[in-house]
Amino acid sequence: MRTYPITEDDLHALVDGVLDDARRAEVEAYLAGQPAVATRVDAYRRQRAMLREALEPVAAEPVPPELNLARMIEDRRKPHRASWQVAAAVVVALGLGGGGGWWLHGQLRPAPVGIAALAQQAIESYAVFAPDHKRPVELRAADAATLVDWASARLGRPVTVPDLSSAGYRLMGGRLVPTAQGAAVLFMFDDDHGSRLVLLTRPMARERDTPMAHYVGQAMQAFTWATEGDGYSLVGSLPAGVLHPLADAVRRQMQRT
Amino acid sequence: MTDMVRLLEPMIPALRRYARALLRDRSAADDLVQDGLERALSRWHQRRIDGDARSWVFAILHNLAMNRMRQISRHGPHLTLEDAPEPGLPPLQESGLRHRDLLRALNVLPDEQRSVLLLVAVEDLSYAEVATVLGVPVGTVMSRLARGRERLRQAMEGEATLTEKPHLRRIK
Repeated sequence: MRTYPITEDDLHALVDGVLDDARRAEVEAYLAGQPAVATRVDAYRRQRAMLREALEPVAAEPVPPELNLARMIEDRRKPHRASWQVAAAVVVALGLGGGGGWWLHGQLRPAPVGIAALAQQAIESYAVFAPDHKRPVELRAADAATLVDWASARLGRPVTVPDLSSAGYRLMGGRLVPTAQGAAVLFMFDDDHGSRLVLLTRPMARERDTPMAHYVGQAMQAFTWATEGDGYSLVGSLPAGVLHPLADAVRRQMQRT
Repeated sequence: MTDMVRLLEPMIPALRRYARALLRDRSAADDLVQDGLERALSRWHQRRIDGDARSWVFAILHNLAMNRMRQISRHGPHLTLEDAPEPGLPPLQESGLRHRDLLRALNVLPDEQRSVLLLVAVEDLSYAEVATVLGVPVGTVMSRLARGRERLRQAMEGEATLTEKPHLRRIK
């Protein structure tokens, strides 16, 4: 019977116990005639057993309370509700218009921080710029290279524009937006139906790495997250089920490698 | 929801073990697991239904760990773990010294070899699952496994050689 030559992969598969019976017999027969290799394989076996032993106590520890899944799920619901109230307050404030709205907003809510602040800024930017038909952006997509250079210089890191063309959205352009945390860069996209999206990004001093959070306003929604110190918020007047995958696509593309 | 808890909860001890082995600091490792679980919860619906939940969660945790370790190496370690009495590792039993040496030697391996070794030898992921977690071909997993095992063996034997008395070696 012809057998395939024994490979290094076979040796490891033997150590890990994943060879089928026939191949295992062949590898063992080979090792019987190769004491040096057999010694090495034995060392790997001992190493495997010892690694498992050495680390087993960690897995046997009781799981600490902060890793209680049921509680984590419960906690995730609370900020969601709070954010909804913040966003709703923003919408109300904007609806009332002018200084009165701002005064009311300031009185009602403590200023949000972290990505909640970013989400609020993105929602405000959307409310102001997205309905604008004269000059929604300062630099148009035709000047995309200038826009990207400008944005990168102001944020102090290379900024890239996500590609949402597979969902039918094209870059319209962008602008700089002032926030309490410094300059933020806004990119605006639209599709053939005139539906507009705003992506706001700026560095995060707090909450530098967060999962995606969903903020619900009356007329718009925001998906907001932070990755390695860069915060992003995508806002649109779309159902969450449509906006969320777009936000995921942006996040995937913005992952720095 | 219950499906999510049912699948995720049993993985937590293994996730803690993997994170601890990589970061060697209990609270940093648990923070990482918490972060990973948060991400898993928020992205649960994005998971490919036919995909294996365990590889998917390990991939999330692994990527967070690599980011974290890059940050640590960029900013320098905030603790000198080698000097501290191994705060991240379980208390030493009688075999503990040997275990500690092994984990130290493991710690010296390049991250890519260490991850593969841990995922294969300790977490019992299949070679294909490890390839998914790391986003590399199975061939790359195998070569990292081979190099990691060999390097760890040499490190441990080097250590043994140093502590053994010279005449014991001459007999052989």
